[in-house]
Amino acid sequence: MALKTAKMAEQLELFGCIQCGKCTGGCPVARKTTLNIRSLIYHMLVDSDMDVDSHQELWDCTACFTCVERCPKDVEPAELVISLRGELVESGRVPETVGTALMGIFRQGNPSGMARQDRELWAEGMEETLKRAKQAAKEGCDLLYFVGCIPSYDQRIQPVARALLRTFENVGLDVGALGTEESCCGNEVRRMGEVGLFEMLAEENGELFRGVGAHEMVTTSPHCFNTFKNEYGLDGVDVMHYTQLLAGLIERGELTFSGSVAEGEEKKIVTYHDPCFLGKQNQIYEEPRSILQAIPGVELVEMDRNRERSLCCEGGGGRMWVEGTNLEERLAFQRVEEAAETGAEILAVACPFCLLTLEDAVKVRGLDEQLQVMDIMELVDLASEADSEADSEA
Amino acid sequence: MERQKPAALIVGAGIAGIQAALDIANAGFPVYLVEREPSVGGRMAQLDKTFPTLDCSSCILTPKMVDVGQHPNIELMTYSEVESVEKDGDIFHVRVRKKPRYVDIDVCKGCGDCAEACRMKGRITSDFDEGIANRSAIYVPFPQAVPLKYTIDPEACLYLTRGVCGRTFKCKDACPADAIDFEQEAEFVDVDVRTIIVATGFDLIDPKTKPEYAYGVYPEVMTGLEFERLSDASGPTKGEIRIPERDRRGDIVMSDRKPEDVVLIKCVGSRDPHTGVPYCSRVCCMYTAKHAHLVRDKVPDANITVFYMDVRAFGKGYEEFYDRVRHERVTYRRGEPSEIYRRGDKLVVLAEDTTLGEPVEVEADLVILATAIVPRKSVADVAELLGMERSPDGFFQEADANLRPVDTNVENIFVAGCCQSPKDIPDTVSEAKAAASSALRVLVRAKEAVPA
Repeated sequence: MALKTAKMAEQLELFGCIQCGKCTGGCPVARKTTLNIRSLIYHMLVDSDMDVDSHQELWDCTACFTCVERCPKDVEPAELVISLRGELVESGRVPETVGTALMGIFRQGNPSGMARQDRELWAEGMEETLKRAKQAAKEGCDLLYFVGCIPSYDQRIQPVARALLRTFENVGLDVGALGTEESCCGNEVRRMGEVGLFEMLAEENGELFRGVGAHEMVTTSPHCFNTFKNEYGLDGVDVMHYTQLLAGLIERGELTFSGSVAEGEEKKIVTYHDPCFLGKQNQIYEEPRSILQAIPGVELVEMDRNRERSLCCEGGGGRMWVEGTNLEERLAFQRVEEAAETGAEILAVACPFCLLTLEDAVKVRGLDEQLQVMDIMELVDLASEADSEADSEA
Repeated sequence: MERQKPAALIVGAGIAGIQAALDIANAGFPVYLVEREPSVGGRMAQLDKTFPTLDCSSCILTPKMVDVGQHPNIELMTYSEVESVEKDGDIFHVRVRKKPRYVDIDVCKGCGDCAEACRMKGRITSDFDEGIANRSAIYVPFPQAVPLKYTIDPEACLYLTRGVCGRTFKCKDACPADAIDFEQEAEFVDVDVRTIIVATGFDLIDPKTKPEYAYGVYPEVMTGLEFERLSDASGPTKGEIRIPERDRRGDIVMSDRKPEDVVLIKCVGSRDPHTGVPYCSRVCCMYTAKHAHLVRDKVPDANITVFYMDVRAFGKGYEEFYDRVRHERVTYRRGEPSEIYRRGDKLVVLAEDTTLGEPVEVEADLVILATAIVPRKSVADVAELLGMERSPDGFFQEADANLRPVDTNVENIFVAGCCQSPKDIPDTVSEAKAAASSALRVLVRAKEAVPA
């Protein structure tokens, strides 16, 4: 089935494109697959119809939005990928794994399709704290903590969520949580092209958030943060990623560290990988670094490609549920080698997807003896000696 | 200077202000030429060569600079700024503030013994050399400066910043003319003029606005204007093209290595509403071609790649120059680079070659960014001072884009050169002459109205 291009080309304002190639030039997957967004835009403009099915490389896009960030003409190339994926979703022609993830979200509120009632299992050992947070959400609280799907269900990420909740409690924040009522934020859903499901999630979640009435919201994941902040239209709610919140607490002296991430006076060399949804898409570069610099025992070093030039880990835009057309050359492999080159012992991240993809890459590349991938939150927890639990050895 | 005659004020003594001043002065009318910097010359003085003729820029400019310095009808006020302007009928009452140079310019011989002796010698960034060379706290911006008089930089001088410079003033001790005067204060001069020409020039966009090119991160990434200073025979390397590097203090210095792979990137910041520069800067296509030529001339074996979105070679002799440069083994690749990063000893420029339709990595050990022309930082202040309107791009607004290109919304105030919009030297000189002609019309009428 061929897509008539004219309407979409106009809706997405593709006529502004001058074919400079800055999008494809900076596209992290264009170098390893046949995805060429500049060329797709051109075809949308000069061909009357497009055989979208023949472009399986559309599923290679990680929605890192480097193309959107750098386009000199405000064309937003990645939005074309999303719209074309939407055509495929509409007619059910999607990779099976994408369909499964979308179905899981529709039925259980999470992409793994795990049972909704198990969404609280992340808080194992902290059940009382979570209970208090749920009660606070019911009664109205200042700050709402949105845990997110991966931190709720993935055993590797659950400690990150626990560390966050523990920190909130230690600092004495009036924090609420939604427990099993929380559903997928829909950030990846929209990027996989399932606009209808995204809108449903945004409506339901939005209603839930408004019911709590918190003025501030904080997320574990930059992906949830991005959609709440930029796509939900939550008027009057200050949406933050946890790194922003913590950087502020540290600056005001409300969060201090009693321990260290290293032995005695020693330092651990730490490098930081900027998540696309935090950095490139929301220009949050300094807060994660300021947290790391405040943690005792951390010596922060930078990779050559950092901040606006950070390399995507290939975990966004639905890529957690679809392999893409080139399995061999993973960007995460390149990234962990870049991290290892700095001499770092710890590769710090601030995103569940980055943590999973980079940790996997460290194992595959045999770097696990020298390089450990950790969320910033885990380092915070480790340096808050007295309160940390067995999680830190995860 | 015949002070009883109606006079003109010209703000800015780059090539536009210089040309307009000479035309009016040569017609017999007095001109007050006000320049903020210690010397006249402006941007053109910084350039190595002009395009497409490859004239030595300072060689063709210097005689005009000398002329304005010596002309009986021109009162040159360098290191000065217009403080206030009051319009009273047909007369503008203008107050000019002469900033203290801390050097008596009637006595200074320009010998330079003071700069040699200065404790800060070689430690102050030279703005004229775009930061790729250093000077003393007491300085002339460049050897051909007019006037060739020294100035003490109040932000760099130890005595003026800290109140103490060792046991004795090195510059004062060294000066054979006893010209140094730390007691000097700003002076105000009031003049009445009938017409004003604004020729305040341009700035370049901060290349850090495009963080993907890592200017300021990698010393090998430089701006086109920095390259002009590097390539200039009177510049810090005496015109040799060398790869910049960082010294142990982290300052950028010139290494003794010549580049093997040079990449030039056009449209850096321009044609980009994101950066607030939606317009084309007009001169970059040609100066980039010129830079490619200069690299070929000085480094015959270098691989030279120009990345471009479009080539706009619209002026007389321009397309021919572009043809010539390509034949000099300069590879033009279509595609706006997306990122620069380091791999080993080399930088890698990442782009899509849109003609190939595929992403490419091009190695470089020198990258030259053609950064956008933007209005002077002071443009808003000058506009307010004179009641002038600005166009949405921030430059001064001409009265009519088609038919009154050098008139402004204020009667008898005219514009010339890049303060109105980006333009090349020939167009700037044309506008200066047009503005001078318009100003002369005002002056001649005023003269005729005054009974002899």
